[in-house]
Amino acid sequence: MSSSIVIAPILIQAFVAILLMFTWQRSRFHRVFSVLGNILSLTLGLVLFHEVYYNGAIAFQAGSWVAPYGITFVADLFSASLIVLSQIAGLAVSIYTTTAVIGQRQRFGYFAIFHFLLMGLGGAFIAGDLFNLYVWFELIIICSFVLLTLGGKRIQIEGAVKYFTLNMLASMIFLTAIALLYGATGTLNLAELSVIVPKLENQNYIQLVAVIFFTGFGIKAGVFPLYFWLPASYHAPPIAISAIFAGLLTKVGVYALIRVFTLVFVVQGFNQQLILWTAVFTIISGGLGALAQKDIIKAFSYLIICHIGFMIAGLGFHSQDGLAGAIYYMSHDIIAKTSIFLIGGMLIKMTKSSQLSQMGGILNNYPRYAFLFAITFFSLVGIPPLSGFWPKIYLFRAAFLSGCNDGTRFVVIGGLIFATFITLVVMFRIWNQAIASKSEEGAHDDFAGLSKSQKSSMWLPVVLLSFVVLALGFGAEFLGQITQRIASELLDPAAYIRAVGIIVE
Amino acid sequence: MELVLAIIVGFLYAAGIYLILRRSLVKLIIGLVLLGNGINLLIFLMGGLKRGNPPIIDAGKNTLTDPNIDPVPQALILTAIVISFGLQSFAIVLIKRVYKTLHTDDLDALNTTDKI
Repeated sequence: MSSSIVIAPILIQAFVAILLMFTWQRSRFHRVFSVLGNILSLTLGLVLFHEVYYNGAIAFQAGSWVAPYGITFVADLFSASLIVLSQIAGLAVSIYTTTAVIGQRQRFGYFAIFHFLLMGLGGAFIAGDLFNLYVWFELIIICSFVLLTLGGKRIQIEGAVKYFTLNMLASMIFLTAIALLYGATGTLNLAELSVIVPKLENQNYIQLVAVIFFTGFGIKAGVFPLYFWLPASYHAPPIAISAIFAGLLTKVGVYALIRVFTLVFVVQGFNQQLILWTAVFTIISGGLGALAQKDIIKAFSYLIICHIGFMIAGLGFHSQDGLAGAIYYMSHDIIAKTSIFLIGGMLIKMTKSSQLSQMGGILNNYPRYAFLFAITFFSLVGIPPLSGFWPKIYLFRAAFLSGCNDGTRFVVIGGLIFATFITLVVMFRIWNQAIASKSEEGAHDDFAGLSKSQKSSMWLPVVLLSFVVLALGFGAEFLGQITQRIASELLDPAAYIRAVGIIVE
Repeated sequence: MELVLAIIVGFLYAAGIYLILRRSLVKLIIGLVLLGNGINLLIFLMGGLKRGNPPIIDAGKNTLTDPNIDPVPQALILTAIVISFGLQSFAIVLIKRVYKTLHTDDLDALNTTDKI
């Protein structure tokens, strides 16, 4: 198979987006084509994953320009699995939005922008070039600005100002780091940087550039002192849009961190301490933030931050187990967070409120739905054998075996236990108050009034995502094997460099 | 020349960040614009400043004529300018909407999203 399979899922998204732009205002057509486009793109993503799984990393050189001169797209196992996961999340949200995003937004091009966003996400995962990565990031943020403000309610506009400023600042910090790195190396191709950077004499300079990269990507990923845009904006747009933000946007930041800190920079000494301590503070502040919230969507937003800490901690240990744990957790988190936000949307429909104190009665009125929701709830808490549990084993093993000093190591272990516990408390508080508690109102809610097809378009994506969550949990052996392979590929980038076609002297 | 550019870049960064930290929305946007310009100049500076020939191989030769100029930073700056232009126009529309919805230019008034 030719190497153009690498860009196929992204091209499909681009075509769908353009097609939808030309059929402006025809929302029924949009709904059908959005779902079909996502199914096609997911299929191509699976083909790509299959190819990469059996034949190793594939590189696509745009316009056949040889590696360091042209634009390179590389799909290794890490990128391919993230493309598959992001397309699954995209498909689920696409089905959900056929009814959940009201007609007016759909007419103003919601679906077209949504597909451009998915294209940007896919592109960021396969970019083999730092500047190309920057361009994809910009595409992602501009699409997310539009999705965030579409509708123009007061809360959306306010959230958008914070989201806009900090994300634009992050891009600028990222671009500054690119400029500084280019000045030192004369290249931006990730594979070539991976060869050149360790040979440079002035490693202090590289250290500085690494910290600037960490700051830029850290804002996007939502790590400790830089996350304030996230809870301020994620509850503002309609839930379906929040779901795609929650599932994927911060993960792109984490992806970029993992990619850059395995391929270009090394995680040891100061960097390692920086990353691990950031992870601990992210976990603690996210967890406490989630505990303090009375609005379920805000609580879920803080849980995103808390769980980003897990992935960053895995990166910080920079070992086989650490990276495998981080990637496993990331795969679980993309699916589970998208699912929990969609569930949040259904809960709000069922109880007419997003305030915990005013919710309740789901277990009485909708017992089957409550069972469906339980899968995602328990998975997020990490109850074995669901998917949130397995990556934690890797992370704990990585923490105990890591070579960094005892103080940091045990603080991180403490942080991981704390986060697991906090997640348990938060999820069970939501379960008790929103789902299990009794309410006198009965079934006179917004959900009961929906037509059958509207209802199914809401529960179908949650069922789909729950199946994936179950698969990620029960298929732990296969997933473990894949993530271990990804981790070893990340730790030894020789295959990646060879696939791109950079000659190592 | 490098020193002059370095000072200008530093000044643009400082001014940009100062304006972002102000409470006014308009100043926020101007700050982001200045910061963007600072970054473009930084890329230009990091590409190396020298006089030389364009990076085009002359007829009948196999290599570039020395001294030649690295075209990559210019391409990067061009892309960055286009992107920041798009983002800035979005930002200007956004602050117009903020003003129409909230009737204020004060960033401190935008705090309803952070209340529990």
